[in-house]
Amino acid sequence: MALSGLQVYKLLPKTNCKDCGFPTCMAFAMQLAAGKVELEKCPHVAEEIAAELGEAAAPPVRRLTLGTGERAVTVGEETVMYRHERRFEHAPLLAVRLGEEVTDQEFSRALVAFRDMAFDRVGQTLRPGGLALASDHAELLAARAMQAHQVTGAPLLLLSSDPTVLRAAAAPLAAARPLLCAADAESLPGMAAVALDLNLPLVLRAGGVEAVAALATQAVALGLKDLVLDTSPATLQEALRDHTFIRRAAVKQRSKSLGFPTLAQPWHLARARGAAAGTMSIGGGESLAVDPLLGTLYASFFIAKYAAVIILETLDPAQLLPLLVLSQNLYTDPQRPMQVDAGVYPLNDPGPDSPVLLTTNFSLTYFTVAGEVENGRVPAWLLVMDVEGQSVLTAWAAGKFVPEAIAPFVRTSGVAEKVSHRRLLIPGYVAQISGELEEELGGEWQVTVGPREAADIPRFLRSTM
Amino acid sequence: MVLSSLSEPAKGRIARVDIGGLPVGGQTALAFHRFEGEVPFLPRMALEVWDTAPEDWPQPLADIYGAVWHDPVAWAEKAVTLGAEMLVLRLMGGGAKGDAKATAETAGVAAAVVEATGIPAVILGPGEPERDAEVGKAVAAALSGKHCFLGMAEEVNHRALGAAALGYGQGVIASSPIDVNLAKQLNVLLSRLGLEESAIIMDPTTGALGYGLEYSYTVFERIRLAALTQNDQKMQVPIIALVGGESWKTKESRAGEAELPGAGDRLTRGVLWEAVTGLTLALAGADILALRHPRSVQLLRTAFDSLSRT
Repeated sequence: MALSGLQVYKLLPKTNCKDCGFPTCMAFAMQLAAGKVELEKCPHVAEEIAAELGEAAAPPVRRLTLGTGERAVTVGEETVMYRHERRFEHAPLLAVRLGEEVTDQEFSRALVAFRDMAFDRVGQTLRPGGLALASDHAELLAARAMQAHQVTGAPLLLLSSDPTVLRAAAAPLAAARPLLCAADAESLPGMAAVALDLNLPLVLRAGGVEAVAALATQAVALGLKDLVLDTSPATLQEALRDHTFIRRAAVKQRSKSLGFPTLAQPWHLARARGAAAGTMSIGGGESLAVDPLLGTLYASFFIAKYAAVIILETLDPAQLLPLLVLSQNLYTDPQRPMQVDAGVYPLNDPGPDSPVLLTTNFSLTYFTVAGEVENGRVPAWLLVMDVEGQSVLTAWAAGKFVPEAIAPFVRTSGVAEKVSHRRLLIPGYVAQISGELEEELGGEWQVTVGPREAADIPRFLRSTM
Repeated sequence: MVLSSLSEPAKGRIARVDIGGLPVGGQTALAFHRFEGEVPFLPRMALEVWDTAPEDWPQPLADIYGAVWHDPVAWAEKAVTLGAEMLVLRLMGGGAKGDAKATAETAGVAAAVVEATGIPAVILGPGEPERDAEVGKAVAAALSGKHCFLGMAEEVNHRALGAAALGYGQGVIASSPIDVNLAKQLNVLLSRLGLEESAIIMDPTTGALGYGLEYSYTVFERIRLAALTQNDQKMQVPIIALVGGESWKTKESRAGEAELPGAGDRLTRGVLWEAVTGLTLALAGADILALRHPRSVQLLRTAFDSLSRT
């Protein structure tokens, strides 16, 4: 377990010398325990104490950065089982697999499609993070890895069962931090040599949690530090157990052998499912074939359940978009929801007669309402109130989007100077506050209840205003 | 390393609820955690059926139901052939302004649908608390003893709907706005009326993927953790997630290729939007998923099967 502020304090010099920039050792200890400052800020702490503190301060799941430059991706550093306990730190790396069955022409085209794929959503750009290149032919893998790096600049996973193939492909690219995948019990010595020589992270693959922990112990003994664990589950039930146990071992027991990011291959599981049920079609009869979307659905399981690197076998934007949005959703900090600034937003060039719409500053709420009004081409003033980034219903339930808070905001927002009328439209979900809000506003404003759904706003405005 | 040291057996148990003979709940572990407790049932999948033809269901759904949605019984029978284990029947019944005649008619439709299909049903009103209670009362009487679940019971109408459920041997769907404490409070109010835990299913509000899913995910998780690890009895009731309605409302599910360039095929997007929302909420604790597209049902059935095997 991580040390508390008090436990950290006991290990510090307790001189209150202020050399760390904090007024007291206690204040420094609290920040240190919260992971907000580095121990190096204190020049007086003894070496053996520093080692002890450093270990205690390290995140329970080791940090791992793949790739370089602006497309580098960091995973690991997770500290909780459930996002409400603090937050999930780093969204998983979604790596699109391109195997040797792909022709050179298809490969080149896929690289461009991958590089150019981006979705704008609530103010963020979403895109798949990396590529997973698979081959047991050294020349092919080396050539394609270099090409992929040059075209996309994205982090690479290099997949081969042969250490010499991985060495050939990874050596010219070692500075770009690819992930070597994967070593099993048999290949560990050879794979470890490549990973150590090139100073690169390595995936360890074994059947189940105990076997992968044993393999990790061996790898650490060989001097490896950057590891990724793959328990190669055969079903989602096994995957749930393995990923849950690994996260618990790391977070609750500070396990040395399991405190590493994990890797998942959902398409393997989807195919195994087909084979187990005898439904994979081998020429002809495909009435019972497994749905081609199953791999994507299984990938969504791993986004929720703790995987740090997920290998995808699709470049279809219709399949990648739901995964990217899920990842964005679950890795949002629950204490700091995505929000926009409070204020008066003009939509479609509004004038003094245009309606005034009130909503909250949850970014999803803002973008949904603003998007619908803009698409509906109705000029309007959108009055966005700061409720710490909560949606209308949540903010109302939490007592933040209530008449006694809304009224002062409306008065100080400056919207009254922009319009000649005094009509305020409120979201349908808070219809019950309309009377009280009129009272709070001293009868100056006429409050109208709008629709519940943003999609209905343009029609509502056209029919009533 | 000893794996058993990583198991965390629960202190509580979710109430086992029978919906018209179909058991739900009863687990002593978090969703699908068969490795450390009992999980007697996989999440149940319901398809949604309406008493009136919906006006705003997008093309991929019209392609499936368009031919039958003017006839609720035919629609319900089709839902059964498409793999529904139960129905979520939404009764618009004249809508928010329906009168006594519309209420009686819509209750008759509910009885005909349940009679014809013989599968368990959750039966919801038009979504306005007062009307939900009126429709619920009529349905409770028309389907006396069938042990259907009526909704939505909210704080404002829980007495009327709860009393109807008690009087005619039905259960209620307790709906609260994405908040752990409000969800618990409604369960407390309903149990004060005399409803057992086995006569309540919670709807803590579903947000679709990209539209507040993370709030629902975390509220479901926290409700389930309170029920199992803190043995909070007022939280030990099954959870329903109304996935289909929320999911097929989203831009990503509805927009054609021209309106959302670069986002691929609409049917793929729509089905995955619903299935991913459903799987995510099932992982957070949902015991019943109300869905709309049969392909989502098939995909989720395969996933749930894999989540039950070693």
